[in-house]
Amino acid sequence: MSLRSKTLELLRKREQYLQGGGEKAIEKQLSMGKLTARERVLSILDKDSFQEYDLFVEHEARDFDMSSKVLYGDGVITGTGTIFGSPVCIFAQDFTVAGGSLGLMHARKITKIMDHALKLRIPLIGINDSGGARIQEGVNSLAGYGEIFFRNTLASGVIPQISVILGPCAGGAVYSPALTDFVFVVDNISKLFITGPEVIKTVLGEEISMEDLGGARVHAELTGNAHFFATSEHECFEQIKKLITFIPWNNSRRALPFKPKEPHKEFNVEKIVPGDPKLPYDVRDVIRAVVDDSDFFEIQEFWAQNIVIGFARMNGETIGLVANQPLFLAGVLDVDSSDKAARFIRFCDAFNIPIITFVDLPGYLPGVDQEHSGVIRHGAKLLYAYSEATVPKITVILRKAYGGGYIAMGSRHLRADFVFAWPSAEIAVMGPEGAANIIFRKEIVEAADPEAMRKQKVKEYKEKFANPYVAAAKGYVDAVIEPKETRKLLVHAIEVSKEKVNTNPHKKHGVPPF
Amino acid sequence: MAKKDTTKKENKSSELIKTFVIDEGKYKTLYTKKYTNHKPWKATDPSLINAIIPGTISKIFVSEGDKVNEGDKLIILEAMKMKNIITVPYSGIIKKINVKEGQSIPKGYLIAEMEIKLHE
Repeated sequence: MSLRSKTLELLRKREQYLQGGGEKAIEKQLSMGKLTARERVLSILDKDSFQEYDLFVEHEARDFDMSSKVLYGDGVITGTGTIFGSPVCIFAQDFTVAGGSLGLMHARKITKIMDHALKLRIPLIGINDSGGARIQEGVNSLAGYGEIFFRNTLASGVIPQISVILGPCAGGAVYSPALTDFVFVVDNISKLFITGPEVIKTVLGEEISMEDLGGARVHAELTGNAHFFATSEHECFEQIKKLITFIPWNNSRRALPFKPKEPHKEFNVEKIVPGDPKLPYDVRDVIRAVVDDSDFFEIQEFWAQNIVIGFARMNGETIGLVANQPLFLAGVLDVDSSDKAARFIRFCDAFNIPIITFVDLPGYLPGVDQEHSGVIRHGAKLLYAYSEATVPKITVILRKAYGGGYIAMGSRHLRADFVFAWPSAEIAVMGPEGAANIIFRKEIVEAADPEAMRKQKVKEYKEKFANPYVAAAKGYVDAVIEPKETRKLLVHAIEVSKEKVNTNPHKKHGVPPF
Repeated sequence: MAKKDTTKKENKSSELIKTFVIDEGKYKTLYTKKYTNHKPWKATDPSLINAIIPGTISKIFVSEGDKVNEGDKLIILEAMKMKNIITVPYSGIIKKINVKEGQSIPKGYLIAEMEIKLHE
């Protein structure tokens, strides 16, 4: 046989394997409103950049007549490619092949590409669309899951890991996405749960649809398991590509810089924040007013909306933003918002992304359910994350910074590099009403008109303490700034912090309040 | 959940703006869905015995009117492939049993009511 004919044979064989589960299965996949695994990979990566590996891998299952079954690619596509020229490793489970079920060789393909990603120090993207463990392969599929989780954990903080849920992802399979940095979901397509509706019905007699139990909206709004929500697969792919532009390849690099761009004129930083500290506004407008091109890439937009996190650029450099959101629940800290911000801060710290914090909060959310859900432990995560982070940390206090909320939100005391305050800042041990009621309790009770006295004392307290100058006098605030100077100072602060060196005491690892 | 930029819509719907009290300060703000749905706390009544886990009642050891002591077997609640023995939490009298053998019950389901007699 000549090389030519051998090559032709390869091409024929390849053509056959590229069909995955075959025409019928592909038709079924498309009828569910889903793209095929291959279409997904090709849509995410740069044109002609995908290089596939392990196409000819075969499963080794012998029980239950499995040996007679041919499963092309064993239900998963793996390879490398680029996104806007940046290299990534990628795998995509192919639902058309045995329902994308995970057997030993399927898992081996995934762990092999994960090992590559970690070795090559490039991001890993995993597309999940699988019915779960391949039951016929028994404990081997459990081994496969375990080996994936283990690699997710080792790679955590070394390379960015992205999970895309484009179909069912149930049972043990959910833990790989949960261990990764960013989880993408698509409305009506993504389904994530530990136990499905059938089991719940049998055990509990409760009837619930897959969508209501673990659909995209549930995870984007309620559980916080998802970071990005899209209404179509193509929208989701655009989000993934955009995310890749904001993050570095690995933890010893910085994100690639962009050409600096001024914010849009329509966002006027002096016109967004109301003078009355009791009135709400959308803090994302403040962010848009100061970041490059007014482009704020929000993460977990629909979950714990009382805090806002996301990426943007300052003078071309990627930054992470954390901001209290007075529009929701007055911007209080609570269990979910602390979890949300803490995890994001740790991502930024792991991947050399400076953190800018905007502060405007009245304190922690009061309530029995908060206390009983462990707001102490969850709130502590935020303190831990800020304290531990050694990347440049710049904090801008816009208005209220009361009590524990002041400390938690990237304060000087947690090693912020620069703390700026607007003249509207109120940095105090608690809100003026509460403070005056405690300090002047006696005067108020004994006054002829207690209500008038209370009002007067609140006013006095406000004048004396609800300002940035008490904290500035102690050096807790580095500069009280004009709102319109904010961008200029932030750009400057990022610029001078480029070579920042800051280390933590040597340790194996800390013990954060998980 | 609106997917598009929600801010414009929110600004319009000012009737959704609520007053929120923190440390006696009254703030104008929107509620999140989770906050709106949260249930007010209620003290638990020690005389009511509720299911700690969903499952099936496979055996009932007591009858209504029985005098029981703390730690006596009440029922077997089969759940998560395990026969869980649920015991009587306080000494007293079983006033009412709300379940039958073979019945599947959700978490929190009222299994029995007691009349608690302490220090007898």
